[in-house]
Amino acid sequence: MDKKNVNERLNKVFRDVFDDDSITVNDSTTSADIEDWDSIEHITLIDAVEHEFKMRFKMKEVSGMKNVGEMISIILERGK
Amino acid sequence: MKELTFPFDNSYIIKNKKKIKKALLNNNSVRIKKKIAVLCGSTANDIVSALELFLLDYGIEPDFYISEYNKYWEDAVFGNPEFEDFQPDIIIIHTTSRNITEFPESFSESKDSVNQKINSQFEKFCQMWEKLERFKCPVIQNNFETPLLRPTGNADFWEVHGKTFFINSLNMKLAEYAQAHENFYINDINYLASCFGLEKWHDSSYWYMYKYAMSLNAVPEVAYSLACIIKSIYGKNKKLIALDLDNTLWGGVIGDDGQEGIEIGHETAEAEAFEEFQRSIKDYKKFGVLLGVCSKNDESNALLGLNHPETVLTPDDFVSIKANWNPKDQNLMEMSSELSLLPESFVFIDDNPAECHIVESQISGISTINFTAVQEASYKLSRSGFFELTKLSSDDLKRNDMYIANAKRESQKKSFADYSEYLLSLDMNAVIEDFKPVYLQRITQLTNKSNQFNLTTKRYSDTDMQKVFESDRYIRLYGRLSDRFGDNGIVSVVIGEKNNDNLSIDLWLMSCRVLKREMEYAMLDTLVSECKKQNIRTITGYYFKTPKNNMVSELYKDFGFDLVKKFENGDSVWKLDISDYKNLNHAIKINESECISNG
Repeated sequence: MDKKNVNERLNKVFRDVFDDDSITVNDSTTSADIEDWDSIEHITLIDAVEHEFKMRFKMKEVSGMKNVGEMISIILERGK
Repeated sequence: MKELTFPFDNSYIIKNKKKIKKALLNNNSVRIKKKIAVLCGSTANDIVSALELFLLDYGIEPDFYISEYNKYWEDAVFGNPEFEDFQPDIIIIHTTSRNITEFPESFSESKDSVNQKINSQFEKFCQMWEKLERFKCPVIQNNFETPLLRPTGNADFWEVHGKTFFINSLNMKLAEYAQAHENFYINDINYLASCFGLEKWHDSSYWYMYKYAMSLNAVPEVAYSLACIIKSIYGKNKKLIALDLDNTLWGGVIGDDGQEGIEIGHETAEAEAFEEFQRSIKDYKKFGVLLGVCSKNDESNALLGLNHPETVLTPDDFVSIKANWNPKDQNLMEMSSELSLLPESFVFIDDNPAECHIVESQISGISTINFTAVQEASYKLSRSGFFELTKLSSDDLKRNDMYIANAKRESQKKSFADYSEYLLSLDMNAVIEDFKPVYLQRITQLTNKSNQFNLTTKRYSDTDMQKVFESDRYIRLYGRLSDRFGDNGIVSVVIGEKNNDNLSIDLWLMSCRVLKREMEYAMLDTLVSECKKQNIRTITGYYFKTPKNNMVSELYKDFGFDLVKKFENGDSVWKLDISDYKNLNHAIKINESECISNG
C-alpha cells in the first residue's frame, strides 16, 4: 500500500460520506475546505475510514489530526 | 429500499446516509408527516439521521426536535419553550445503562437498600413519563442494556449487588409500566445489544470521545428498531404471510415424493427444521396475522401435504390457498383482491430466489423473504419488523375468523341468482352511532390504516381524535356490522364538521372487508337523519385522490351528490341537499338488534 493508493481510496470515502463527487483531497485538506465537515460528520468520516482501511484510530489521533496529510500517514503506518 | 431492509449493512448505511436520503426523497413516495421529539441521554445525532432514512422508507416524513445532550429529564419534567412549541406526535427517550445514576455501592448494603435504589431510579423515569402525558402522544422508551463488565463474574446476574441484577430488575419494572399504560412502548435495546454482540456494542471509545452510548456501527440497529415501532403505530404493518409449500413448509416435493415422502415432523434433521418453521409461522397467526398459501402444485397434492399427520399448519390455518400452475404474482394479486387487502400488505416466503424476484418485480410494495436454510427465514421474518406489535385489539385476535367467515360468504354468494337476495340472506345488523370512549382507540387505528375506501385519507393521532370527540362542532358516526357468519367489528367511520346549515365531511372511511354490503349506504342514511335532527340542510363531500383510493373516486356520485368542482389533480368536491333524501340501504337493519351491542 503506497501513498498514492491510500490517497485514492481515501478520496472515494470522502466522496461517499459527503455525497459530493467533486471532492478531491490532498495533504493540506482540512475540515474548513469541505462545507459539510462538522463535528458530527467527522464521526461518520472516521468510522468510514476505519472500515475502509480495517484499522482503528487512537482517541488522541481522532481529535489531534490537523489535516488529511496526517490522516494518511497514520493509515500508511497501520492501515491495510 | 434494499439497503434498508434487514439484514442491512450497518457501515454502508452510516457512510452513505446522504446518498440514501437523496434517493429516498427522489422516489416520489407519498408520505405522512410526523413530528418526533428525541430526548437523549447520550449523543443521538446519528441515531436521528439513520432513523430518518428508515422512516422515509416506511412512508413517514419526520421532522425532529432533539434535546440538548443529556437534558432528556429536564426537558420532560420542566419543559422548555422550543420543545413545547414543537408539539410532538411521538416522543423517543433515548437513554441507556449509561444514564443509571446510582448502583449499589458496597457489598454491605442490604437487599432492601438495593431495592430502594432500583425503585428510586425507576421513579425518576416514571416522573418523566407522567409529565410527558401533557403531550398526549406515544412515548417510546429504551430499556437498559446488559453491561459488558461483570466484576464478580456470573454472580453479577443473581447477586443483589450485581449491575446485571440491577439492570434486569429495572427492565422488569419498565415492562410492567408498558403493560399498564397505553401509548407507551419499549425499544428493546437489551435484545439489540445481545444480538449485535455486547463486546462490539460496548465500544467505550465512542462514549469517551463523542458520548455515544454504543458503537457507531450499532446505531442503525437502534434506529431501525425505533422505526419499526413508529411505523407500526401509524398502521403500516403487513397483514398476511403467503407461503410456498415444497421446500418451504416441508422438505421435498409433494407431487414427486408423495405424502409419506416429504420431510416434516421429527424423523430427520430436515423434518425437525420444517416442523419448527411451521410452528414459528403459527406464532404469527396467534396475534392476528393472516396466512395464505401460494404454491405451484395441484391443489389435491397441496392439501395432501397440509394434511400430513405431523404437520403443524393445516388447511384451516389459511385464509386462502392458491395451489395451481399460474404465475405466483398472478395468484397473489388474486388473493389480494379476494381478501380486499392491498398486495403491499403481503409478505411472500419462498425458497426459490427466482420466484421471490418475479413477485417483487411484478407487485410494487410487496415484501419477500428468501432463504437457503428454513431457520434463516424464521429469523429474517422475526427481525423484519413487518408485524411489530404495538396495539393488540380484540379485532386483531378475531381477524382470522373474520376472513374465514368472509370466505364462507363468498361461497354462499355463488348460490344466489340475485345479489340483493344474497345480501338479505346475510341477515345483517349494524350499530351506527356517535363515538364512544371505549371505541376511540379502534377508530383512531382505522384512520391510520385505511387507504382504499377512504375519501380524504385524513390521519388522526389519539390527541386529534380526543379533540374531535370532545367538541360539539362535529357529527361523528362509527359503524359496526355483524351478520349470520360473525361480527365484523367496527368497519366504518364518518366525521363531519358543522358550519351553519352545512356539514363538511372531514373523514369517510370503511374497511374493505365489508365492501358491497350496502354498509356505506347505511352510514349515509344514518348521517342524513342525524343532520336533519341538527338542522343541517346540505352535506359537502370531498374526494382527495391518492395512489390507493381510486375505488371511491365516484362514491359521492353514487350517493346522489352533485359535483361542485373537479380539480386537475383528480380531487373533487360534491354537495347534497338532504331535504328530500331517500334512504339507500335496504339490506342492513340499523340499531335494532340487542345481541350486537354487548360486544
